Amino acid sequence: MIRFIFKRLLQGLLVLFVLYTLSFFLIKTLPGDAFTGERAISEEAVEALKKRFGLDRNWITQYALRLRRLIVNQDLGVSPKKNREVSMILRQSFPPSAILGLNALLVACAIGIPLGVFSAVNKNSWFDYAAMGFAMIGICVAAFIIGPLLQTQIAMRVPAFKVAGWENPLDWILPAITLGLAPAAYLARLTRGGMLEILNQDFVRTAHAKGVPPLTVIWRHTLRGGLIPSVAFLGPAFAALISGSFVVETIFQVPGMGRHFIDGTIDRDEFLLLGCVLYFGILIVILNLVSDIIQALLNPRLRDSL
Amino acid sequence: MRVPAILFLAFLTALIVSCGEKTAADRAVEDGILIVGNSSEPKGLDGQLVTGVLESNLIRALFEGLCTEHPSKDGVAMPGAAKKWKANDDFTVWTFDLGEDRVWSDGVPVTTKDFLFSFQRILTATLGSEYSEMLFYIKGAEEFYKGETTDFSTVGAKAIDDYTLEIALRGSIPFLPEITKHYTWYPVPRHVVLKHSGGKIDVPFSGWTKPGNIVSNGPFTLKSWRINDHIEVEKNPRYWDAATVKLNGIRFLPVVNSYTEARMFFDGLMHITYTLPPEFIPYANNNYPDETRSELYLATKFVRFNVEREPFKDNPKLRRALALAIDRESLIENVLQGGQKPAYGMVPPFGNYQTERAVEFNPEEARRLLAEGGFSDPKTFPRIKLLTADRDVSKRIAEAYQGMWKEHLGIHIDIEQKEWTSYLNAMTRLEYDLADSGWVGDYLDPTTFLDMWIKDGGNNRTGWSNDEFEKLLKQSEHERDPVERLKILQKSERILMSELPALTVYWYTTNYLIDTRVKGWSPLLLNNHPYKWVSLEPNPD
Repeated sequence: MIRFIFKRLLQGLLVLFVLYTLSFFLIKTLPGDAFTGERAISEEAVEALKKRFGLDRNWITQYALRLRRLIVNQDLGVSPKKNREVSMILRQSFPPSAILGLNALLVACAIGIPLGVFSAVNKNSWFDYAAMGFAMIGICVAAFIIGPLLQTQIAMRVPAFKVAGWENPLDWILPAITLGLAPAAYLARLTRGGMLEILNQDFVRTAHAKGVPPLTVIWRHTLRGGLIPSVAFLGPAFAALISGSFVVETIFQVPGMGRHFIDGTIDRDEFLLLGCVLYFGILIVILNLVSDIIQALLNPRLRDSL
Repeated sequence: MRVPAILFLAFLTALIVSCGEKTAADRAVEDGILIVGNSSEPKGLDGQLVTGVLESNLIRALFEGLCTEHPSKDGVAMPGAAKKWKANDDFTVWTFDLGEDRVWSDGVPVTTKDFLFSFQRILTATLGSEYSEMLFYIKGAEEFYKGETTDFSTVGAKAIDDYTLEIALRGSIPFLPEITKHYTWYPVPRHVVLKHSGGKIDVPFSGWTKPGNIVSNGPFTLKSWRINDHIEVEKNPRYWDAATVKLNGIRFLPVVNSYTEARMFFDGLMHITYTLPPEFIPYANNNYPDETRSELYLATKFVRFNVEREPFKDNPKLRRALALAIDRESLIENVLQGGQKPAYGMVPPFGNYQTERAVEFNPEEARRLLAEGGFSDPKTFPRIKLLTADRDVSKRIAEAYQGMWKEHLGIHIDIEQKEWTSYLNAMTRLEYDLADSGWVGDYLDPTTFLDMWIKDGGNNRTGWSNDEFEKLLKQSEHERDPVERLKILQKSERILMSELPALTVYWYTTNYLIDTRVKGWSPLLLNNHPYKWVSLEPNPD
């Protein structure tokens, strides 16, 4: 197990290196730079700014210097558009995104898994069709429709909820539902598929034949195996959820990471953008590893491969 | 099951308890805290390093220039860091008396040393300020900035003593007090900036504006700043005119999504919105008539022509044809819905300046000019593109132009949408045919809309130039009589509008929602409201 984790972490480092390198050069190919503004800047100012940020050198030198600074000093630099250290921006923005993502994940699991299990158990019943219909809607309807709907139909009618803002735990609920509905729908479909596969296995039939109560069959014998596809999905989905959603964060005014991704791209703020990319990369690597370990714990057959 | 049940009960209790509570805006009225939408996260709080409107809103609360805005009258300068000022006969030398009671929020007096340091800092090219040219009105400032001299004493700003500042200008500028209201002219605290930048004048990101470090001279001081969440300022007890300041603080919310912002207002979460999207204007007018405001704003919407490219190169008739084919009234009524005014000139009319009627909707004349411009058969008109930003409103406006040109001239123009930086980049590099654009005035003088069209000016972005136009602009700087000066500027605008490097479309309005309990917030053309006069008073029921 330890060897497996070590191996995967090494692979992860390689992934991060490739990700950083590719992103660095891709950003450089975008038209314009961080100093392109609506109001023209004098050549003298552009020159001074580029020098200040080390952008006056050739790409390879910039890359080498920045990578060295990242590895040696863990320094992501200063954002020229926000005039702050990138690490400080990420540090302030990560907690709201993490809280929102975690809550969205809870919403997704609380809705998706039971829905999938009931659908599988009651295959081809009206409940199954309704649940899978809901799942389809959840996948198709975008957050920018669900969000404003929740704002106008719930937040503006129920005094306890606010249209937007991030001050107390009640403010987490509507954004979490908005963000969690799509993964809930995916989870429902994946859980249904996984469960159906297990429910057709011989040992389940044997359990039924031996007179084990149906709930126990589901809870004890099938759920563990039936959830494997969902767990595989949850790793990267969780990383995506906690690294911020631009749409949900702007609709509900959540001070999270999602906006920085978009702002960084639009503003050509390469320091901020690379910081976000790296952060997201690290999350994906770690959560994929966690997801693999959980899958191995759920499925004894996988344990040998570790 | 006990834990979920307890959690559910706690949630239900919270829900019930919070029902019937006062809204955030109600509580803020009681506390004297104004809650304002401010569009987005600011680039910073150093007035010498930022360029935007939203930054200006914050800096205006924290700092104060030599003169300040009048709460309800445009073009009237009120005492700020200077208690009084006077000019010589031809408005080329101005003397400002700084009040001895003006201090920074840490108690250190605001002196001429701070102003000279600030002027020198923003004019030091290696600082990388994007707005240094606002100080080029000072004699020798441009030369110093461009490195023609490193001796700051050659720049026309000098301290007569600690509290008397003399500014010699490059020409006759009767509107200098208006310019000093702009944040690029505000002082920065010399002692604090130098402390955080290791004694150097040109360190842009020294952290002196962070909470805990920042020291300011305005009616408010920085209280807290959380990225993408809020910036809160509180009343500055050391402010020289603290007795006038009625608010205890202001909370600025960087709400990017204008629809969310409007809903936040309707839900009682803020007092003033930054904007109001066109789709919400009819709803707001019907349901919140007392809260909905639409006020003229000193800004012009226009479409740039790339005059270095065919078919617009050396073809002012064709440019005019396109300008006359735009039905501005219809665009405003059907697409924008915000009470904008049709722009028949580049400079919005204000004060004593009379804008001449240079372009108006006239489809017949437009068709005649199109033929004279070489396209008597519209089918021979080349396939060209209108460049626009990837914003919803920009797209709708572009489609309206497209439809009008098709209907009135019979020509088809494609729309090319680019994301913001690519759009700006294409416009700067003259890689476009037509570009949807606009300009917001910095101060109340026609030159804020005319200076940009000089040859090779960074904001020109059309390739157009005209010697006579520039000669008139220079002449205006040497005209002592303010009335004559405006007439010269009018002549220069006439040249601009006859050549039309850009076709003007409308003069902007600001559309926003404001709580009826906010008092002292009057329409101002520059939309630079001085917060010290604003108060919150409960409505009598």
